[in-house]
Amino acid sequence: MNGITQSTALWYASRATGVVSLLLLTGVVLLGMLVNRQGRLPGFPRFVVTGLHRNLSLLAVVFVAVHVLTAIADSYVSIQLIAIVIPFVSSYKPVWLGLGAVSLDLVLALIVTSLLRARMSRRMWRGLHWFSYAAWGSAVVHSLYSSTDLHHGLLLYTAIACWLAVAVAGCWRMAHAGREIPREGRAAATLELMSPGGGPRRGRREAPAARPPGADIR
Amino acid sequence: MTPGTTVPQSAGSRWDQPRGGHRQHSPAQPGQPGGLPRLFPASGAGPVDLRTHLSRFTALPYLGQPGQLIPVLKAAGLTGRGGAAFPVYRKLAAVAEAATRPVVIGNGAEGEPASDKDKSLLWISPHLVLDGLQLAAETVSSAAVGLYVHRNDRLQDQLRAAVAERAAAGLDQVPVEIIDAPPRFLAGEESALASRISGEPAMPRFKPPRVFERGVAGRPTLVHNVETLAHLALIARYGPDWFRGAGTADEPGSMLCTLHQADGRRDVVETQLGTPLRALVHLGPGTQAVLSGGYHGAWLPAADAGQLTLSNADLVPAGSFVGAGVLAALPADRCGIAETARVTRYLALESAGQCGPCFNGLPRIAAALDEVASPRPDPRAVTDMMRWAGLVEGRGACHHPDGTVRFVRSALQVFREEIRLHTQGRCADPARRPFLPLPAQTAMDAADWN
Amino acid sequence: MRKELRVDPTACSGHGLCAELLPELITLDEWGYPIIAPGPVPRALDKHVRRAVTDCPVLALKLLPAASR
Repeated sequence: MNGITQSTALWYASRATGVVSLLLLTGVVLLGMLVNRQGRLPGFPRFVVTGLHRNLSLLAVVFVAVHVLTAIADSYVSIQLIAIVIPFVSSYKPVWLGLGAVSLDLVLALIVTSLLRARMSRRMWRGLHWFSYAAWGSAVVHSLYSSTDLHHGLLLYTAIACWLAVAVAGCWRMAHAGREIPREGRAAATLELMSPGGGPRRGRREAPAARPPGADIR
Repeated sequence: MTPGTTVPQSAGSRWDQPRGGHRQHSPAQPGQPGGLPRLFPASGAGPVDLRTHLSRFTALPYLGQPGQLIPVLKAAGLTGRGGAAFPVYRKLAAVAEAATRPVVIGNGAEGEPASDKDKSLLWISPHLVLDGLQLAAETVSSAAVGLYVHRNDRLQDQLRAAVAERAAAGLDQVPVEIIDAPPRFLAGEESALASRISGEPAMPRFKPPRVFERGVAGRPTLVHNVETLAHLALIARYGPDWFRGAGTADEPGSMLCTLHQADGRRDVVETQLGTPLRALVHLGPGTQAVLSGGYHGAWLPAADAGQLTLSNADLVPAGSFVGAGVLAALPADRCGIAETARVTRYLALESAGQCGPCFNGLPRIAAALDEVASPRPDPRAVTDMMRWAGLVEGRGACHHPDGTVRFVRSALQVFREEIRLHTQGRCADPARRPFLPLPAQTAMDAADWN
Repeated sequence: MRKELRVDPTACSGHGLCAELLPELITLDEWGYPIIAPGPVPRALDKHVRRAVTDCPVLALKLLPAASR
């Protein structure tokens, strides 16, 4: 009797922390896109966006750790310790749990490289940070098939909300990346803005704005 | 490119006549103190081949040991001829101390559209430059040498042939690579040069580190203008006293200048530092102003220019500088503001687009100048321009914004009267005929920086 | 030797966090780019300076030995 209760408690803890981890990771990805687009959370200073992005990612690691350790400790299904970081070696649902390991590996890599950001080239850090989308994606697939929790009810709606949020934000981010003017074209674009048609401009004057109208010229 | 007429000089000659026709004293003998020309042959305009070079100057005087040339150059007082006039011996000393094997690059990019002297020198006297490269490489113990040349197939092919000829004759201790420079205004900037030669676009980098610490491929890099290297090659042969036989005590030696006369003539001449400007550009009633120092230099009213000599001692207090020796006389029947606006637009478009203040400020300044160049301009244009000028100075990774602002500020000063005319709807040249040289094409995309 | 706060303008894309975290030394120009007060960093601001340098999303802020231009 005792063993079943303990096992059930651990199993529930694992599933619950799993859901929270997914929510946190979704938040981190959304905030990351907001940082990149130089957006802000209404009413808050800019450093809140970056601060929250960083702190939520650290919090996510904590929840993922609990999620993973409770799953291991739980004796109802057998999952080896090594399966946390090595994908696809677990005897229980190797593929779906494996994707969880993939996600964890990527998240750890992202956090370590971000802590050591000053020691690597800007290009290398940016290239590695793109894997954040893969980390989120593999977490999503892992969450969908490791248990049936997300298949109905409130958790299903929560999951859909997460996917939609990232999908919509992702489209917005791509659209802006497509419109971004490469550095060698920026001066010409600003000149065009100031005197369209390429010649001396007559008539309407443009007052200098705190946030210039050609905001894509960044 | 012909070198044009050389201005014959000897120490102590008088300069109260404006440059008229062609005058020739007896051709200077190499090694004769003060004798000019030094960098160009005494007569004729064609390129000097290796045989002629060796018969005129004898063999390249390697010193046998690194570092030996440094005290010689210190005594000679040679300063860079690329515009910054930095003491040459100090750059060499800094790179010679480097822990890793340095790279030596001769800078012949000459991104300034109004300057022809480097291209002329490379065309006419390539072997002097190549001698200088070898001597510099020996001084800093370098085994990697390059010559960064303005994009011009004929010139680059000619240089490759010269290098091959020297290699065949066993003259060069280190092989020289000819490297193509994109036709950008900033291509010759030290860190842009280092980026380009490292395989990236020719865009300036943030300093520190300076290129003499970390430049091409992360190695300490010695960068010298090609004219500087030519002078170096001669100092190694004839010594510091010979070099000081021309020029002034504080600014010794000769230099190449690109002269733009009011009648449209364009010449490269070799002259000594301290030469009165009126001996170089015609300053009669047909000239209203002189631009000194190129498009990062400053305008001078013709009357003032008539009292000044080609020296930083005279030009810097007047708000200008010698720079790379560009002197352009603006005819009296042109609009100085319109010319400045044209050039500033070019300078804005030549921004690398890396630094916010630059790619935001320079185009706005250019647009405001266009406004001031038009009849009855909006009075806010000048105040806006001054605000933007203050905002961009010193806030880029390179000195492009600073130089542009200096150029623009001098125009607002010197052409004050013209601006006043504009407010009344009049202009010295309503047709706005272009005078200063600009390339036909500006940068359009990423490939233009490679 | 006191250090100087400088911005690498080629890296800076005008996020503007630095001006929020260090208003004593940094203001933003009309285009959103930082204008930094020149000179060595006052000791009292050390902690805030270090935070601004760490929090810049593109690591454009640098603490460099004075007169390293």
